[in-house]
Amino acid sequence: MQLTDQQQLIQKLARQFAEKELTNDVLDETEATAVFPKEIQDKMAAVGFFGIKTPRQWGGAGADCVSYSLVMQEIAYRSAVASLYVSSPNSLSGGPLLTHGTKEQKEKYLRPVVEGKKILAFGLTEPGAGSDAGGMSTTAVDEGDYFVLNGRKTFITMAPLADWTIIFAKHDTGDKRHNITAFIVDMKAEGVSCGKPENKMGIIGCATSDIILENVKVPKDDVLGKPGHGLAIALGTLDVGRIGVASQALGVARRALDEAVAYAKERKEFGKPIAAFQGISFTIAEMATKLHAAELLVWDTCTLIDKKERCSDKAAMSKYLATEYCNWIVDRAVQIFGGYGYMKDYIVERLYRDARVFSLYEGTTEVQKIVISNSLLRSRK
Amino acid sequence: MKIVVTAKRVPDTTEVKTDPVTGTLIRKGVPHIINPDDVHACEAALQIKEQFPGTEVNIMTMGQADAGIKQHELLGMGADHAYLLNDRFFGGADTLVCSRTLAAGIKKLGDVDLVLCGHQAIDGDTAQVGPEIARRLGIPSVSCICGLQISDDGKTATVTRMLDDGTETLEVPLPALFTVSKEINEPRYMTIYNLVDSFSDPAKEVTIWNHEDIGLDQSVLGLKASPTQVVKTFTPAPKGAGEMIEGTPEEAAAALTAKLVEKHLIK
Amino acid sequence: MELSDYKGIWAYAEQHDGKLQGVAIELLGEGRKLADELGVELCSVLLGSNVESLADELIAHGADKVYVADDPKLDKYTSDAYARVITDAVNEYKPEIVLMGATHDGRDLAPTVAAMLETGLTADCTKLAINDDKNLVQTRPAFGGNLMAEILCAKHRPQMATVRPGVMDKAKLDAGHKGEVIKLAVNVTEDEMRIKVLDQVREVAGKVALTDASVIVSGGLGMGGADGFKMLQELADEFSNSTIGCSRAAVDAGWLDHSYQVGQTGVTVKPDIYFACGISGMIQHVAGMKGSKLIVAINKNPEADIFDIADYGIVGDVYKVVPALIAEIKAAKAAAAE
Repeated sequence: MQLTDQQQLIQKLARQFAEKELTNDVLDETEATAVFPKEIQDKMAAVGFFGIKTPRQWGGAGADCVSYSLVMQEIAYRSAVASLYVSSPNSLSGGPLLTHGTKEQKEKYLRPVVEGKKILAFGLTEPGAGSDAGGMSTTAVDEGDYFVLNGRKTFITMAPLADWTIIFAKHDTGDKRHNITAFIVDMKAEGVSCGKPENKMGIIGCATSDIILENVKVPKDDVLGKPGHGLAIALGTLDVGRIGVASQALGVARRALDEAVAYAKERKEFGKPIAAFQGISFTIAEMATKLHAAELLVWDTCTLIDKKERCSDKAAMSKYLATEYCNWIVDRAVQIFGGYGYMKDYIVERLYRDARVFSLYEGTTEVQKIVISNSLLRSRK
Repeated sequence: MKIVVTAKRVPDTTEVKTDPVTGTLIRKGVPHIINPDDVHACEAALQIKEQFPGTEVNIMTMGQADAGIKQHELLGMGADHAYLLNDRFFGGADTLVCSRTLAAGIKKLGDVDLVLCGHQAIDGDTAQVGPEIARRLGIPSVSCICGLQISDDGKTATVTRMLDDGTETLEVPLPALFTVSKEINEPRYMTIYNLVDSFSDPAKEVTIWNHEDIGLDQSVLGLKASPTQVVKTFTPAPKGAGEMIEGTPEEAAAALTAKLVEKHLIK
Repeated sequence: MELSDYKGIWAYAEQHDGKLQGVAIELLGEGRKLADELGVELCSVLLGSNVESLADELIAHGADKVYVADDPKLDKYTSDAYARVITDAVNEYKPEIVLMGATHDGRDLAPTVAAMLETGLTADCTKLAINDDKNLVQTRPAFGGNLMAEILCAKHRPQMATVRPGVMDKAKLDAGHKGEVIKLAVNVTEDEMRIKVLDQVREVAGKVALTDASVIVSGGLGMGGADGFKMLQELADEFSNSTIGCSRAAVDAGWLDHSYQVGQTGVTVKPDIYFACGISGMIQHVAGMKGSKLIVAINKNPEADIFDIADYGIVGDVYKVVPALIAEIKAAKAAAAE
C-alpha cells in the first residue's frame, strides 16, 4: 500500500485532528447527550473534511478517494459517530448533488454543505422498502409548477439536524422502468416533519429518525437529475458510499486491535501477561491479518475510483469484507478484555456497539453479495 | 510584509545512533518531523498574515533533499513559499556555520521584514542559530518570546520575552528576528485545501538552492568550516538500581523517614 | 588568529536588578578548576548599572579580576548593548575561554557574541575539562540526554560554552581572596540600542527557585489534577529551602505553569532530595533531575521507569503514601526536638 506524500500528509492532518478534538471527554459527553458538538463540525469543515474529493469549483478541497478513505479511517479510529459527519457531505448526501445536480443546484445546496454551513440528508429507505428500494411507496405528483410529495422515510441519518434532504419518490412518468424521481426537499417546508429520534445501539450522537411528508410542495427547480431516473441516482450514490462505510470499519477495527494489543501486554493472569498465552496471541495475529487484508482491498478500490474505473463489485467487496471483519475484530477485542470489555469504562464496549451497524447500513452484507455475484454471473452470459 | 520562518527537519525519536567515525548522529532511517518550535514560528507568521493581508510567509530550511517534503506541512498550514538549502557542502555544519548558510539564503530573498525561528530544536537544544542569524543580517533579535504584536504601521514589534523567573516586554523596530517558544500560540491544523495546493500549484513548489545560489564559497561551509567539532559521543552510564520499600503506605512512609533521618536529611 | 594570544578564563556574572544570579558563582567554581589546570587567571565579567559593588562578592568567590561595565545603558539586559560591550572587551583582552550561564539571558547573549566574534559556542555543557593540548573539552547532552557529546573548539578563540544553572558546584567563599577591578568601556550609541525594555515582571519573592532548592517535591500525570500539588506543597513545607516541581505532562495538563517544569525543556535541577510523585520517568524528565543527590519515587505502577533511577522506591497511591510520609516526618522532627 503506497501512499503519495500528499495522502500521507492528509492522513497526518486527520490523525492530529482526531487526537486533539475527539478527546475522551468530548466522546463521553456525545454518548451521554447524543449530541455531537457543532464547533467540532465547524473545525472539520474549515480543514476541508466535508469536501475532500469535491472539486474546488464547489468549495471542496479537490483531493482523491484514497484521501477520503484515510480521513474516514483516522476519524473513525477515535469516533465512529464523528466519521459520519465526514461521510455525509462527501458521499451519501453530497454525492448525488455532485453527480446529478445542475450548476445552480450545486451552488445553492452543495457549496454550503461542503463549507459546513448546512446539513443535507439522504432519504431513500422506507418502513416497507429497505434493500428493495424500488418497492417504495412515497409518491410525487406533478402539479404543474411543483410536485406534491406524500409518504414516510425511515432510519434517515441526521434527519432531525438536516436543512435539506434528498427524497426519492415514486413518480408516474408513464415509463414503468423509470418511475422514481429524486427531489431536494427543504426540511422547513410545510408538511415536512421528523419522527422521534431512534434509540440506537451505537453511533450515538448523530440523530436518526423518520421523515414524514404530508402534501409537501417541491418546486420544479429542486428536482435532482432526470425525472424518473431517481433509482439510478440512489444506487450510484450507494456505490460510492460503500467505500466510506468500509473505511469507517477499518478505523474502528484498527482501534480495537490496538486496544487489544495494549491490554494483552498489560493484563496479567497466572503470573504473566495474557499476551504470553497463545489463545490470546494467535487471536491477535488473526485480527491483524484480517485488518490488513481489508485495508488492502479498500485501498485498491479507492485507487480504482481515483482512476475513474468501474468498480461497483470491488466497492461492494470492500464494504462486505471490511465491515464483517470489523465486527469479528471488535468481538475478539471484547473477548480479550474479558469481563472488562463488557463495561462501559472500556473503549472496546463502544467499538463493539458502533461496529454493528456497518454491515447493515448503506446496503447490508447480503446486498453486497448480490452486487458482487451479479457482476460475475451477469457479465458471463 | 515579507516574513521568513526557519524550519528544521529533526528526527522524531529518542533512539540515538551515532557514526563511530565522525561521531555525528546518523540520521538515516529515523522518522522525521518539523521541529515543534518551528511550527509555532510558522503559526506566529500566519497570524501576522491575517493582520496584514498580502504578507508573504516564506519557509527556509537547510537540509537533505527529503526535508522539502516536510516543508509541505507548513505550506499545508498556509505558508506561501518554501526554500530548501540543499548541498553536500552544507553537511555537518555547527550552529555558527548553519547560521551563515541560513543567513545567506535569507539575504538572497531580500527585503525581509521579519525572521521567525523556533526557540530551539529538539535534536540539539542549542537555541543558538536564531540569534546568530540575526547578527549576520545586522538586525536586532530577541530569544524565546511568548508574545508578539506588530504595530498597525507594520514598523515595530512588541514582544514578550520569557525570563528565568518572569517575563519582560520589549519594543523592537523591524526588521528583526525573534525566536519563539511553544507558549506563544497553538498552531493551526493543516488544511486539505492548502495541502492539495502545495502539491499542485507551481508557485508553491519547493525552491532548492545550493551554495552557489546563495553565494557562499565551499570553504566557509559544512563540517570543515565549523569551529566546534564533535570529537566523541557516548551513551551515559545508567545509575545503579535503588531500593524498593515494601509495605502499607504507613509502613513505607515510616521506613523512608527512618532512612532520611539516618542520612541527616530531616532536621 | 594567533591562538596563543588568548589567555585566561572569563566567567560571565549575570545579575538581575543588582543581584548576582547563582549561576555566576557556579561558573566561578568551575572556572577555578579550569584556570588552575591551565595556570591562568580567572576573571568575572560584570555588566549592569550601579553594579560595581558586586565585584567584591565575585572576588570573594575566586575571581582574580573583575571586568566591570557599569553604565545606565546596561540597566536592563538587551542583546544589542550587552553583546557589543562583551565583544569589544574580548577583542581587547583576549580570553581563551568564555563561560556563560545557560539562563534565558545567557542563551540569548552567548550566540550573539559568538556570531560577532565568529567563534564556536557549545550550549548547556554538563562537564568541562582541559585536554593535553590545553583545549577545552566540552561535554553536553543531546537527544534528551540519551547521547553525550564531547566537543572541541580547537582552532578558534575564545572557546565559548554555556552551562545550565545547577549543574556545576558553587565556588567556595573566601573573604581573603584578592582581586582587581578593571573598568570596561561602554561604546554603545543610542542608535545601536534598538531593543527597548518596556516592562519586566519578575515573580514574587519568597518562592524558592527550582535551581536553588535543596528539596524538590515533584508531581506528574499520576497526580490526576492540580489539587494534588497542595499536598505536595505540604510535604515540601516540611523541609527548608524547598519547592514543588512537576513534569511536562503536568504543565501540559494545565496544573502548574511552565516555571515549575523540571526536565529537558524545563529546568535542570540537582537538589539534595528529589521526590518524584506520580511521575512515570520519561527520558525528557529524567534528563533534568537525574543529577539529584537522592531520588525518592512514589508511583502506583511498579513497572514505571522512574524506579530505575530512584534511590528509594515506593509502589503505592501518592494520595495515601504522601500524607503518611508527612505524618511520619512531623513525628520524627518532634522526636528529635525532645
